[in-house]
Amino acid sequence: MSDIMIEAKEVSVRFNLSRERVDSLKEYLIKKIKKEIVYDEFWALQNVNLNVQKGESVALIGLNGCGKSTFLKTIAGVIKPTKGSVKVWGSIAPLIELGAGFDHDLTAKENVFLNGAILGHSREVMEGHYEDIVAFSELQEFMDVPIKNFSSGMLARLGFAIATIGTPDILILDEVLSVGDFRFQQKCEQRIQNMVQKDTSILFVSHSIEQVEKLCSKAVWLEKGRVRMEGPTEEVCNIYRNAY
Amino acid sequence: MTQYVQNFLKFKPLLLELVVRDIKIKYRRSILGVLWTLLNPLLMMLVLSVVFSNIFKFDVENYPLYILSGQVIFNFFSESTSSAMSSIINNAPLIKKVYIPKYLFAISRIASSVINIMASFTALILVMIFTNAELHYTLFLSFIPILILIIFSTGVGLILATIAVKFRDIIHLYGVFITALTYLTPVIYPISILPARIRFIVELNPITGMLNDFRDLILYNTVPSIGSFAKSGLIAAAALICGLYIFYKHQDKFILNI
Repeated sequence: MSDIMIEAKEVSVRFNLSRERVDSLKEYLIKKIKKEIVYDEFWALQNVNLNVQKGESVALIGLNGCGKSTFLKTIAGVIKPTKGSVKVWGSIAPLIELGAGFDHDLTAKENVFLNGAILGHSREVMEGHYEDIVAFSELQEFMDVPIKNFSSGMLARLGFAIATIGTPDILILDEVLSVGDFRFQQKCEQRIQNMVQKDTSILFVSHSIEQVEKLCSKAVWLEKGRVRMEGPTEEVCNIYRNAY
Repeated sequence: MTQYVQNFLKFKPLLLELVVRDIKIKYRRSILGVLWTLLNPLLMMLVLSVVFSNIFKFDVENYPLYILSGQVIFNFFSESTSSAMSSIINNAPLIKKVYIPKYLFAISRIASSVINIMASFTALILVMIFTNAELHYTLFLSFIPILILIIFSTGVGLILATIAVKFRDIIHLYGVFITALTYLTPVIYPISILPARIRFIVELNPITGMLNDFRDLILYNTVPSIGSFAKSGLIAAAALICGLYIFYKHQDKFILNI
């Protein structure tokens, strides 16, 4: 076992879906006394195991609501698993949603630094990458414009450019390649390919089987929160395609 | 422990960015810009001192300064705790998508309020200069009660933020509570006018102690006893420890409720 980057062991995540949302104290007390608080337990993930090696790119596939995004969020540290453990070695660049944390009243330039800080980069680091971000997102003329005036494509370009600066050890991609025009998509794919060559591990979620086959060597098929199949991309994708 | 410190250091730039953003957004598109942080408390003080030195009058020496110093302290508490309370809820979209230590949001709101209190403190000093009030060397010690107040507010803010995630009612409730607290703190009246029964309650209020220490240093040229500092300090430390503990215990469940 060489250079494991991500180790997820028996990961289970439970959500309590209360039938009615109780978010007032009065309601809560009344319902508690009457014992009316009923939770529907919902296991979004059950006993999922996954190891990702250095430089390996792994795809998560499955239908909507099968737990792909939840799993990515546990890896990114956003959700803590109810049971099991997730260990991650190295820096993560999470692209769960592009431009999460953009402030629409600030200019693009200010957002570069804010978003960079959200990802844990200092101002100096961001200044070092600033030219590259501007060049990649092709927004030279718009850097001093508040981003509330941006189109969704422009936001996506900026978000992607910020999230993929440098060479992270692990890149988490959740459906983000489906944004932008095809030329920008190609550019993104190119950048991801470059990272793979530099030994970045990738965790990729997509509904596009073609993209999965292009980018990933290994695939994990989730169904209702459990791993249904795991193996080389081609094998898994072939069965997955015919399954539904 | 070192793990927590390292994590904090990694996200320290974010704390700075969040505070800068708060201030930038507040004064965006205004002609005077950041100058408002100073101008605002100054004008407020002007109104208050006109109103309270002409209409209401208590038998207090230099009454405008008495009330202004009360406002500086009390406004900080009410502003910082209220904004820290809603910090987690307001940043829900971010918390759902990226890993960030969640206390950072509450702390950043407190830090923004600290900048405001520094501005209103400066305004207070300016008023003192203009009104020819005596400036004492004890002024330099006034950072002690302010520091204690900041620690206290951080603790209270963390507790409120945790509760607010689960029960939004607290936001409305706290607004009423703060109004009540304004009158249970000797901001506009001297504590000596109170009957013993009510005075007891007002003295139980931790902010009263901090405010008295602050006024001693700013207005009366006296250094409060160590015991008085220690009492406030202990209360503040206890609030902070409680706040951190409660926040820490519940932070992993925030995501299920925001």
